[in-house]
Amino acid sequence: MVIISKNPIHSVLFLILCFFNAAVIFLFLEAEFLAMILLIIYVGAVAVLFLFVVMMLDIDIVLLRKNFLNYLPTGLFVGFLIFLELFLVIKKSTFINELSGRNLEENKELLTNTHALGEILYTDYFILFQLSGIILLIAMVGAILLTLRKREGVKRQNIYNQIFRK
Amino acid sequence: MDVPITYFLYLSSTIFTLGLVGFFLNRKNLIILLMSIELILLASNINFIAFSYFYDDLVGQIFVFFILTVSAAEAAIGLAIIVIFFRLKDSIHIDDINLLKG
Repeated sequence: MVIISKNPIHSVLFLILCFFNAAVIFLFLEAEFLAMILLIIYVGAVAVLFLFVVMMLDIDIVLLRKNFLNYLPTGLFVGFLIFLELFLVIKKSTFINELSGRNLEENKELLTNTHALGEILYTDYFILFQLSGIILLIAMVGAILLTLRKREGVKRQNIYNQIFRK
Repeated sequence: MDVPITYFLYLSSTIFTLGLVGFFLNRKNLIILLMSIELILLASNINFIAFSYFYDDLVGQIFVFFILTVSAAEAAIGLAIIVIFFRLKDSIHIDDINLLKG
């Protein structure tokens, strides 16, 4: 539904629904911290950002759907091919089938998922953690720099004059 | 919980395929293209989490954490580019993105 709905707003809302379902699946797989992160970051920030942009740029829906069906056969063919390949790989693969027969024993330590994740993240992967922080900083600076524009008639702060005024 | 891992892999490959088909169906709207990228990343995250659960190894979850970080940054940058492109050309049709044509 994300990809076939006519209105981009509906599409964003279906994307949010999709992320909710994925978060519940993460909870089933005992990844509670990542489920919460997915909810907070994706539903809270990224999807709302998408929603803002979709509503800000009011695009002509009828124009956008004009030749919608041109690429449909190609798309369905490629999608079917890829899905078939993935399906066969999953079905035939031996190590995945061995894995699915394995029973998980209850030898988990008495740590919460967040605690265990933090102990790995802040020791073994500390450099990568800091690098991801730098990536986020660069993304923030880049987004601000890209969308900032100079307009006429806007009072701006002149730091030099402000500091050296008499 | 005794759901075999193949079900999660089928789910994630389905989501991946939907994201890929979204590329082909929406040749007009740039925002839906970005959403398709998000779907593909979500599929890879489900794969990572499923394997991390069945191998009982937390490193997969660390990897998902980094993927989430990078994809959030990518979504922000992509939306900023879409906004300035809309300001420049008053449309977000993919056919209008020909400024780099030599």
